[in-house]
Amino acid sequence: MLEPWIFIALLLGAGMLLPGVTIVANWLLAPKKPNPIKQSIYECGIETVGETYIQLKGGYYIYALIFVVFDIEAVFMFPWAVAFDKLQLYMVMEGVIFILILAAGLAYAWRKGVLEWV
Amino acid sequence: MDWQDFLSVLPFIIVAGWATILLLVDLWIPANRKGITAGLAVLGLIAAIAAVISRFGIEREAFDGMIIVDGFSSFLQLLFLGVGVIAIAQAYDYLRRRDIERGEYYILLLYSLSGMLLMASAGDLIVVFLAVELLSIPLYVLAAFAIPKADSEESALKYFLLGAFASGFLVYGIALVFGSTGTTALSGMVAAIESAETTPILLLVGSGMILVGLGFKVAAVPFHMWTPDVYQGAPTSVTSFMAVGAKAGGFAALLRIFISALPGAAVMWMPLTMWIAALTMAWGNIAAISQTNIKRMLAYSSIAHAGYIFMALPAAATPEVAPEAVRAALFYLVTYAITNLGAWGVVLAMEKAEGSGLEIEDYSGLGKKRPALALAMALFMLSLTGIPPTVGFMGKFYLFQVVIDANLIWLALVGVVTSLISAYYYLRVIVVMYMRDGEPEVRSEALLNSTIFITAFGTFFFGILPGFLLKMINQVSLLDLFR
Amino acid sequence: MNIPPAYVLTLSGILFALGVIGVLIRRNAIVIFMSIELMLNSANLAFIAFARALAPAQEALRGHVFVFFVIAVAASEVAVGLALIVAIFRSKESIDVDEVSSLRG
Repeated sequence: MLEPWIFIALLLGAGMLLPGVTIVANWLLAPKKPNPIKQSIYECGIETVGETYIQLKGGYYIYALIFVVFDIEAVFMFPWAVAFDKLQLYMVMEGVIFILILAAGLAYAWRKGVLEWV
Repeated sequence: MDWQDFLSVLPFIIVAGWATILLLVDLWIPANRKGITAGLAVLGLIAAIAAVISRFGIEREAFDGMIIVDGFSSFLQLLFLGVGVIAIAQAYDYLRRRDIERGEYYILLLYSLSGMLLMASAGDLIVVFLAVELLSIPLYVLAAFAIPKADSEESALKYFLLGAFASGFLVYGIALVFGSTGTTALSGMVAAIESAETTPILLLVGSGMILVGLGFKVAAVPFHMWTPDVYQGAPTSVTSFMAVGAKAGGFAALLRIFISALPGAAVMWMPLTMWIAALTMAWGNIAAISQTNIKRMLAYSSIAHAGYIFMALPAAATPEVAPEAVRAALFYLVTYAITNLGAWGVVLAMEKAEGSGLEIEDYSGLGKKRPALALAMALFMLSLTGIPPTVGFMGKFYLFQVVIDANLIWLALVGVVTSLISAYYYLRVIVVMYMRDGEPEVRSEALLNSTIFITAFGTFFFGILPGFLLKMINQVSLLDLFR
Repeated sequence: MNIPPAYVLTLSGILFALGVIGVLIRRNAIVIFMSIELMLNSANLAFIAFARALAPAQEALRGHVFVFFVIAVAASEVAVGLALIVAIFRSKESIDVDEVSSLRG
């Protein structure tokens, strides 16, 4: 029964080995001549100004939360859409009502000014 | 599936649909006239009450057994809707006084109520889970309604984290029961247990976890730690609704799942529920003694009352007593709802704009200043203790009788002894009101006063003439799922 | 190649226990919340494992459907919970649950 697992173990080992070998080889073979520019974090782009951990404004989080809710609702739309041609009329209507409820939520958020990015 | 199915969930559709419509309508109601939203919300509830009454006495299963309509669900739905109407009436002036009036309050309350309605007629663990969440999530927001006040923040955060934690247990428990019985339908579970096609260990752990999850919701010991803090910190009108509605909702699920779907596994859950009931009664009442804040005192009192209602579960493990046990639990829920809404109403009347006036000491002199209000409060305290001529006495009497019928005499004894202990702290409120001098500052708001009057009248009326209520409850039974 | 349900169940049990431990020992509200999500998702895993074990039977579908609902409910809990945590952070500048504890008695 354990036989199939041997392949997984082999795959896991190989998966660890390949990048490991290249990293170790690189570390062993590469010439080391450090200077400050090489050791800086950014190899390209501009350096950050001020603190890296800044607070975003509250509206950003609310925007994100609304996205999460609407994003997850797709979980119900997907099975509905896949079986669409086999559904009876009232099942289609139920899906439409569901979308209308979501639209009501969106209208509420819109009217409350959450969607505006100032 | 036919149109009858939709009629079966009509009260739920009315309340949830109306809440969604109101959410949009409310956007165009000016901020100083949110009374319109409250009025419209009550209209929706009245329509739902009419819908429940119109199908009273009907027993059927809808949506392939997902929804059960029977006396139990109709009765509880009436109770929930009544609680909703009173909760809105209590909230209206309070929200203006505390300066937190927003139309969303009533809408969230409607959503929470729709969860309770769904819970009462749940016929499948999927529906039970959805109903628990629909009931709880709006309540998390309601508890946070007074943000940025620190108390409200703390209350909401604790309620949310522990509520979500409890849901985790509930879901995992349902998963294990599903694995054991091979179905989530309550009727299917009865059949599976009857034919012994189950994995007992999964069923034991699963039903234990469901008990933990719902035990959190009804605040039974040892899952009660959040209750005093949450009840104290939340705006009082929310606490009133939470203490009555959420608890009744949790018990609706407990009774339905354990008594009608898992009677075959009674050997497993009977000792558990018995100990939970005894511990809850004892700890709730003992911890309440040392409280000086009336909201905390009533919070511990609500824990203790959860213990009394919990006694119906071990009693129902004896099949002959089960129907009576369900009725006694329902009767006690009504008792608890009427009395507690009234007591919280008095607390609302005593609370000052900035949120003080909540110590029991603040009640001194109330008997002289507002005799009617003090009399109502005295009546509620007597009813919570279980002293005649109040409905609380009838409720306890009925419940203890059922417990004794089930041969659990020691449990009934624990109930009686803890009731005696509770007399100490309930009667102390009466003593403070009548025998201490003081100048309490009390509100007199028409809506609030009328809710206190109605509940006080109910407490007294059903206390001397319980016949009407009993007659109604005697027609109630859980739909027999095993056919 | 078929993974026996017992393996999946063990994994889900471990995940659930990790979630419970996380809730009990961590003090940051967001981390506690992540642990709760772990509990919900371990239940999802259990549902799928049981549904697969029942597979040809019609009843197995209930397990799949339940997972959909758990996902949706978890998302709405995220929305409410994070909104709450953001609101509290704004006024307290901290989401350590030990600092949100003025109510005692």
